[in-house]
Amino acid sequence: MPRLIGLTGDGAAAEAMRQIDPDVVAAYPITPQTEIVERFAEFVADGLVNTEFVAVESEHSAMSACCGSAAAGARTITCTSSQGLALMHEVLYIAAGNRLPIVLINVNRTLSAPLNIHCDHSDSMGSRDSGWIQLYCENVQEVYDTVIQAVRIAEHPQVMLPVMVNLDGFVLSHSVERLELLDDEEVREFVGPFRPVVDLLDLEHPPALGALVAPEFHFEHKYAQWLAIDGARAVIEGVGREFGERFGRNYGLLDPYRLEDAELALVVLGSTAGTARVVVDDLRERGIRAGMLRIRCFRPFPADEIVEALKGKKAVAIMDRAGTQGGEGGPVFGEVRAALYTRGVFLPVINYIYGLGGRDVPAASVARVFTHLGQVAEAGRVDRAVNYLDLRGWN
Amino acid sequence: MAIEIRWHARGGQGAVLASRFLAASALRENKYFQAFPQFGTERMGAPIVAFTRVSPSPIHLHCAVVEPDVVAVMDPTLLGQVDVLAGLKPAGTVVVNYPGPVEELRRVLGVKDGGVRVAAVDATRISSEELGRPIPNTPMVGALSRITGVVGIDNVLAEFRESMGARFKPPVVEANLRAIRRAYEEVQVG
Repeated sequence: MPRLIGLTGDGAAAEAMRQIDPDVVAAYPITPQTEIVERFAEFVADGLVNTEFVAVESEHSAMSACCGSAAAGARTITCTSSQGLALMHEVLYIAAGNRLPIVLINVNRTLSAPLNIHCDHSDSMGSRDSGWIQLYCENVQEVYDTVIQAVRIAEHPQVMLPVMVNLDGFVLSHSVERLELLDDEEVREFVGPFRPVVDLLDLEHPPALGALVAPEFHFEHKYAQWLAIDGARAVIEGVGREFGERFGRNYGLLDPYRLEDAELALVVLGSTAGTARVVVDDLRERGIRAGMLRIRCFRPFPADEIVEALKGKKAVAIMDRAGTQGGEGGPVFGEVRAALYTRGVFLPVINYIYGLGGRDVPAASVARVFTHLGQVAEAGRVDRAVNYLDLRGWN
Repeated sequence: MAIEIRWHARGGQGAVLASRFLAASALRENKYFQAFPQFGTERMGAPIVAFTRVSPSPIHLHCAVVEPDVVAVMDPTLLGQVDVLAGLKPAGTVVVNYPGPVEELRRVLGVKDGGVRVAAVDATRISSEELGRPIPNTPMVGALSRITGVVGIDNVLAEFRESMGARFKPPVVEANLRAIRRAYEEVQVG
C-alpha cells in the first residue's frame, strides 16, 4: 500500500534510491544536493541497502567511478549540482559514448561566477549535448517517480544510455511537499534486476570497452549513439505509461495543460510549470485562452511532439532558466523555434530568460509574460524576441 | 480554503523546522502542504523567512508567498527591524512571540483596530520554563493551531510525538508537547 508522507525533493530522491537499492553509489556532496548524499550514506550505515557507497574526493572521480562500476555490470546511481556537474563534464561524454546506463540526480543550481548556490538550469543545459537523457521534474512527487523510472529507461536494452533527472535547487530540493511513497517491494518489482548488455566481468564473453577509435569508425559510433538516444523517446513514454498503469501517475515526454484550445502558450521546464498552471487557470477565468506546455524530456528533444502541440497558437513564449552568453536567447528557445520553423510552422515566438541564480518566479510575473504574449498575438508579430523576466535595470 | 503562512525568525531559532512540522501535521487531516525557507543567505542570528502553504487541494505554486494569510514572528526583536506585515492580507492574522499584553503588541505593530487580527504568545518564556531553553519554534506552532485553525491541536501533538519521538529523549518530547499545549492555551488575541 502506498504511504503518504511529507518530504523534501532531496529526501524523495534519497528514498527512491533506497528502494532501488543500487549496487554502487559514488557521489560527492554539494549544495543543494547534499541532503541526498547524507541521507543515502545513513541508509548505507544503517544497513538498509546493500549498496557499495564510494566516498570519492571529487565529482570527476564520482563520475569516473560510476563509469567503471556500470561497465562492470553494476546498477549505478550518483547525484550532484552545479560546479559538481561541470567538474564531471568530460566524463559525462564517456558515460554516454560507452553506453553506460548510469542514473544521475542533478539538483539544478547556477554556475559560478558570481558564486551562488541557488537554482537555474545553466548546469544541466551546459551538458545538454553530452549524450545523456535529460528529464526535468515539476514537483517532489515527480522527483521520486522519475528517479524510479530513470533506472528502467537507462537500462533498457535498446537505450543503454545514462539518464539525468533534474530537480530545481531549493525550490524542490529543500521544499517539503506531500508525497505518495510506494512500497519497497513495488519499487523493486518495477525496476527489476539489471541485465547489462555489456559486462566487463563476464569472462565467458570478454568485451572491449573504451577502445581507441580511428577516423574510419568514429563517426559511425556517434551515429549509433544518436540513433539510441532518438529511440529512447518511445522507451521513456513506455516506462512512463507503465508507471501510470501500475501506480496511477502517468508520465510522458511532454505535459500540456489546457493547451488544446489555447491561443497563448507558455513553454517551460521544471517547477515553474506549477506556478504557470495557477496563472493559466486564473487567465481562463477571465476569458483569456491561455495554455502551458511543460517539456519533461529535453533530451532526446521531442521536436515533432512539441510542434504538434504548439501549431495553430497565436503566440508562444518560451521560458529559459539559463542563457546562452553571446547567443540569441536561451537554449530551449533556440531549439523550439528551430523545430517550429523547419516544419513550416511560422508563428510569433518570444523568449523569456527568467529565475537566474534563484530569483523567485511569482505568479504575477508569469502573468506578465502572458500579457506580453497577448500584445504579440494581437500585433501578429514579435516586438522583441529575447526578454528578461524581473530583471532590474532592463525594460 | 488554502492558507499561506510566512514565518519571520532569526537563524537558529528553528523556523524552518517549525514550518515543516506544521506542514507535516496537516497530512493528518489529509491536506496538501508545502514548506520551504526563503532562499537567501542564512546565518545564525540573522533575520530569516520561511513559508508554509496548507490546502485541501493539490498545491501547484512554486514561488514565495507574497500575500500571506498569516504571519508568524518568532522573535520580538525583529519588530521594527523587518517589515513583518508586508503584503499581509487585509483580513489576515499576525502571531508574535511577544512577552507583553496583546494591546501593547498591536501598538508596536502599528495595526489599527479592525482588519488584521493580532495575537501574542510568550513562546520564549514557555519554552524556557518547559524545555529549559529559549527555543520558541514548537510553542509557536501550538499558538498558530489555536489562532488560525490551520491544523487541529491534537494532530499537531500527535505529529510531534511521532516524528520527533525517535530523535529526542522521552522527557524532551514530553516537555515540547507541554510547551505546544501551553502556547495553544495561553495565546491571546487582541
